[in-house]
Amino acid sequence: MTEPTIEHPAVENTDRGPLTTDELAAVIGRDIPAGAYVNLGIGQPTKIADYLPTGEDGNPTCILHTENGMLGMGPAARGDEIDPDLTNAGKVPVTELPGASYFHHADSFAMMRGGHLDVCVLGAYQVAANGDLANWHTGKPDDIPAVGGAMDLAIGAKDVYVMMTLFTKKGEAKLVQHCTYPLTGVACVSRVYTDYAVFDIQPDGVHVLATYGITLADLRDRVNVKLLG
Amino acid sequence: MIEICSDVDAAVRGIADGATVLIGGFGRAGMPFALIDALRRLGPRELTVVNNNAGNGDTGLAALLAAGQVRKVICSFPRQKDSWVFDGLYREGRIELELVPQGNLAERLRAAGAGIGAFYCPTGVGTPLAEGKETREIDGRSYVLEYPIKGDYAVISAYQADPLGNVVYRKTARNFGPVMATAARTTIVQVTEVVPVGTLDPEAVVTPGIFVDRIVKVEARSYTVQGAR
Repeated sequence: MTEPTIEHPAVENTDRGPLTTDELAAVIGRDIPAGAYVNLGIGQPTKIADYLPTGEDGNPTCILHTENGMLGMGPAARGDEIDPDLTNAGKVPVTELPGASYFHHADSFAMMRGGHLDVCVLGAYQVAANGDLANWHTGKPDDIPAVGGAMDLAIGAKDVYVMMTLFTKKGEAKLVQHCTYPLTGVACVSRVYTDYAVFDIQPDGVHVLATYGITLADLRDRVNVKLLG
Repeated sequence: MIEICSDVDAAVRGIADGATVLIGGFGRAGMPFALIDALRRLGPRELTVVNNNAGNGDTGLAALLAAGQVRKVICSFPRQKDSWVFDGLYREGRIELELVPQGNLAERLRAAGAGIGAFYCPTGVGTPLAEGKETREIDGRSYVLEYPIKGDYAVISAYQADPLGNVVYRKTARNFGPVMATAARTTIVQVTEVVPVGTLDPEAVVTPGIFVDRIVKVEARSYTVQGAR
């Protein structure tokens, strides 16, 4: 799934953006290849399910994995469809699509660790220029840590995409030279989708693929990481 | 020899103070509520409980924690919006937490059930959850040494069983059941239905009877996704 180095310059969209969560989910959804096995993390990435390319049957062209033990996950369940034995990783009732399969946890995580899962999309507190990911723990002493499947997904999926706002509420960029939060995985993120820009992390550095509501020059001013075109 | 127990109290007999109990379920899906309630009545203390979470709401595992019977929880995702029982005990220093990435939790159980002494795993490399653990480079990749988690008892929930102990599950309620069933000295399964030998399709049996010790029939699923029993 790893694409060769992309040499095209960043697309500056100064007339649209920053993107809303839904708009960002749509941008990511369009980039999910048909036939891929995909895990959408808890929280914002779950929204991407509404924007996946669909086939003639109206179902997504990719196959959704939920780490609690299912491939071929369908949309959220409503009304009579709600079955307490059928939930996603966020414990929300979901449905099954034709061709779905169930499996136990060791198999589910073998799908990640064994390199079978094509794409996962995770939220993040911070991403470093080398692809380090921090998304499980703020490190504050009174914070109860919870990791779930984040570390397994981070090192297991062939492509790890991050979906996040680019800036904290204080205006600090979450794309950083070095993460200050505890790490989830080392050099594992390949692409960072944010409300202001999309970044591709490659061996030669961080490339900007697109900006939204900001010029490349202003983006370089606000993000303390060397940004290639 | 498989024992079909007359009730859940008979099914949990012998679980003593200080036991390590593997409790199935992912949130409420697959949580063996009836067996946990029986464990509460039996009253063993100083338990080590292994589960993906650390209880939801005030029922099931959360009630066992609230009863003060649990010394330590080994889990991947304690902090949830309805984990107030665990949160309170943890903040008061009255319960110990071993936080394990979800895939490692499953694989450590699988290793215990398969007689594996330890295994090298890429999950968590370079993160605080690998600190102090042995690491090794194999074929250019870093791995952390992880040890099995063995249970004295596994307490799980499934859909159907036959008198030979063959078990099938329902949808994502399968989750940790099959790996936990292999990882304990005594495996106790609550099911909605006990069916005659020969009824279950041998191709569809998920947990073969060799991994099961006690079976007990309980009322059909006694939980909802909202948490009301």
